[in-house]
Amino acid sequence: MSDISMQDSSYEANMGDYFALLKPRVMSLVVFTALVGLLVAPVPVHPFIGFVGILCIAVGAGASGALNMWWDADIDRLMKRTATRPIPSGRVEPGEALGIGLALSGFAVVLLALATNFLAASLLAFTIFFYAVVYSMYLKRSTPHNIVIGGAAGAFPPMIGWAVATGGVSIESVLMFALIFMWTPPHFWALALFVKSDYGRAGVPMLTETHGRDTTRRHVLIYTIALVPVALGLGLTSIGGPFYMAVAVVMNLWFLKGAIDISRRDDAACEADKHKVEINVFKVSLYYLFAHFLALLFEAALRQYGLGGW
Amino acid sequence: MTMKVEHEVHGRRKNRNYGVLILLLCFVGIVLGLTVVKVIQLGDARKFEATDHVARPQIIPEEGTE
Repeated sequence: MSDISMQDSSYEANMGDYFALLKPRVMSLVVFTALVGLLVAPVPVHPFIGFVGILCIAVGAGASGALNMWWDADIDRLMKRTATRPIPSGRVEPGEALGIGLALSGFAVVLLALATNFLAASLLAFTIFFYAVVYSMYLKRSTPHNIVIGGAAGAFPPMIGWAVATGGVSIESVLMFALIFMWTPPHFWALALFVKSDYGRAGVPMLTETHGRDTTRRHVLIYTIALVPVALGLGLTSIGGPFYMAVAVVMNLWFLKGAIDISRRDDAACEADKHKVEINVFKVSLYYLFAHFLALLFEAALRQYGLGGW
Repeated sequence: MTMKVEHEVHGRRKNRNYGVLILLLCFVGIVLGLTVVKVIQLGDARKFEATDHVARPQIIPEEGTE
């Protein structure tokens, strides 16, 4: 920040503004799924190493959030939901966000490599690259399938957590990745169906606006159907078990029923009950993900006592 | 003689400066903690000395002892 601009504005960014750049709410989900990935792994991790590993994953995710806000400041300014973010609201300079994003990315990846292993650090580096460059800079503004492919960035954390513990990649961690990856589109499109968005004004292609709401409803159903075998398949691996399987069956039926309900509706029905079904399915999708990962955690806890697992 | 020179920017930047102080202290704590944990995990403290890039005759096991 130059001295000139400092004299121009009386506002001085505080730590809270910089923290907001890291997207704390996204970070909390990342911490949760990464922690589950780390704890369900068959290799015990020293608690402090595990703590540093999760911290690095969280900071790396935050850094990619800051880079995303730096890149997207122009469209964030145009949308109501994002206009209050630190850069569009003028509290933080774009250059500061870029600097913080790059610096924290470097710190998180290097510290993760030193504290744990190079595979986990490489996965984290790739996640940051994927979210900041592939999703933010390329996919988001070019295709209505941005959320499908971009969802991979949010799906990596449990895989990194697993790599922190085991130093490897296996069917279990790939399926945890696949679970979040396949869950993201129906979750997000359910939201897009009831939130009055101004993506169109910002020129961001969203399925609801490029292909219409009926197509979006069909897509919710198709992706939910594709999600079911992934969720159940995870239950057959070494980290699954009867308890996980029971939770998965119930949650998948619930989510699937919601997706079918959505696919049978039209705009008139949505207006009539003020998107009650869509809002409900969106909530179910949140419970869905939490229930699956909590069930995995519970299976891991049971294994300590010789229970759980197949 | 008082050495205290208060500038307007000190008050304005107080929040940030303390924030950076806390972050740096946390960073030092993490690096220290990692060092302690990693050294203890070695089991044999002599392995830590082996990371020194200088020849250490005293850590080379004598013939017949191992």
